[in-house]
Amino acid sequence: MKAQGKILKYGDNVDTDVIIPARYLNSFDAKELASHAMVDIDPTFVDRLEPGDIMVAGSNFGCGSSREHAPLALKTAGVSCVIAGFPILECPEAADAIEEGDQVEVDFDAGIIRDLTKNTEFKAQPFPEFLQKMIEANGLVNYVNAK
Amino acid sequence: MGMTMTQKILAAHAGLDSVTAGQLIECSLDVVMANDITGPMALPIFRQMADKVFDKDKVVLVPDHFTPNKDIKSAQNARDIQDFSREQGLTNHMVQGKCGVEHAILPERGIVTAGQAIIGADSHTCSYGALGAFGTGVGTTDIAAGMATGQAWFKVPSAIKFVLTGKPTKYVSGKDIILHIIGKIGVDGALYKSMEFVGDGIQHLTMDDRFTICNMAIEAGAKNGIFPVDEQTLAYIKEHSTKEYHVYEADADAEYEETIEIDLSQVRPTVAFPHLPGNAHTIDEIEADEKIYIDQVVIGSCTNGRISDMRKAAAILKGRTVHPEVRVMVIPATQKIFLQCMEEGLAQIFVEAGCAFNTPSCGACMGGHMGVMCKGEKCVSTSNRNFVGRMGDVDSLIYLASPEVAAASAVMGYIANPEKMGGE
Repeated sequence: MKAQGKILKYGDNVDTDVIIPARYLNSFDAKELASHAMVDIDPTFVDRLEPGDIMVAGSNFGCGSSREHAPLALKTAGVSCVIAGFPILECPEAADAIEEGDQVEVDFDAGIIRDLTKNTEFKAQPFPEFLQKMIEANGLVNYVNAK
Repeated sequence: MGMTMTQKILAAHAGLDSVTAGQLIECSLDVVMANDITGPMALPIFRQMADKVFDKDKVVLVPDHFTPNKDIKSAQNARDIQDFSREQGLTNHMVQGKCGVEHAILPERGIVTAGQAIIGADSHTCSYGALGAFGTGVGTTDIAAGMATGQAWFKVPSAIKFVLTGKPTKYVSGKDIILHIIGKIGVDGALYKSMEFVGDGIQHLTMDDRFTICNMAIEAGAKNGIFPVDEQTLAYIKEHSTKEYHVYEADADAEYEETIEIDLSQVRPTVAFPHLPGNAHTIDEIEADEKIYIDQVVIGSCTNGRISDMRKAAAILKGRTVHPEVRVMVIPATQKIFLQCMEEGLAQIFVEAGCAFNTPSCGACMGGHMGVMCKGEKCVSTSNRNFVGRMGDVDSLIYLASPEVAAASAVMGYIANPEKMGGE
């Protein structure tokens, strides 16, 4: 599995309240949630985002609530991958070096992040087999059903 | 190599003799909990995996976030989990007016107890560490799988040991201690680690203090927070729960990434400034600077909505009135606490002082309803998060504090020192 797209870059401690503010959580409709993604720190996010784009953020990305509405909102809005100091891919070096607007390719199996604009490469911790199976099954639900 | 208290609980639930930090394991679960935001979203996912929950005694759905239902969509969400709970015959059937805020009602009803492994689709599920249990927040899909299978997978956390010594001073409680700690280590200071609290000082911490401290472990990024089981824990369990419990202790040679000593006698009333729970300032620093005038005070939430919190706030508000330009919401976290407030005369003190005395709800804490702020407003809140836009407009400001500081501030109209209010 690979992802490629334009970078949208944010700082440290991007919390779930800014990824999707609680006032919108009376719905779990993915498209509705996606339409409000990141609105409190970047009202232009939804307009600028093109399907496949990649978010780069600093440390402690996604801190705060256990609200799956947050990753769902980003995924549905079209974000293909998040590179930050903390999951989804753990690679603080890449989070520092990659800049807003760069074209980036991510190879999940090998755990390799390539900045195509700068022609640089970063090695993130690859997913263990256990999690790769879950990703290949397209999520926990299929993984549970397959077991 | 020995195990931490958390690792021992996880090993036992994974059916393993031992586990080490970083290991991926599948654990059996004692309680699987969701609320009216995360629960409705979990139901269609659950139905892809199962028709019946794995154990009707162990699955709990609590309507607390947007209840009393704030609008039609919220009403539908609360309806969906209530219908599901009834259809599945869940033992702990929760309906608004007969329950309360999830992390207060589960311990109060004895649903959670020592030694358990608990997941909740709510990040403050780490509160149950106060009882010597492993509790952690998970996403909706993990909750749905947990409801179906009674299992969840974890990466075994490493740990930081916090050695608490000394006795806190009169107006310092659990909230000040945890804000002090997060101020010290930062909002990612315990990222994916256990915060294990030990030491002579914990004898001076009430169960309510411990719930408050564990509740905010997530605000330091922790996987969980946990206290050892002592006489106070056992007394609490005896009073609230008939469930079987297990007492786990960390091994003497358990490995900790770090040991941090906190002298509780030196902790000052502490306030976290916008927009991070780690942005801690002591009351002395605040008093030395320009007054911070406020518009709203919220006393309640899963962090500080318990009876001792109500008593502390009432002791300061008794015979006084709230500042004319400040609105105050006092929100007991459960119906039982609400009733206790009435029986003990606390409700009367709050209302006579000029506070709104509200039904249990998470609404104000998360900017959902019943206490939302507009642009430019400032709030002292006993809740757990002061993120941008958490309680309303992105240009509103939240100061996190103890019930004592909140009550003193409500009277003075600015962030105030409870030590200077002349006692109860």
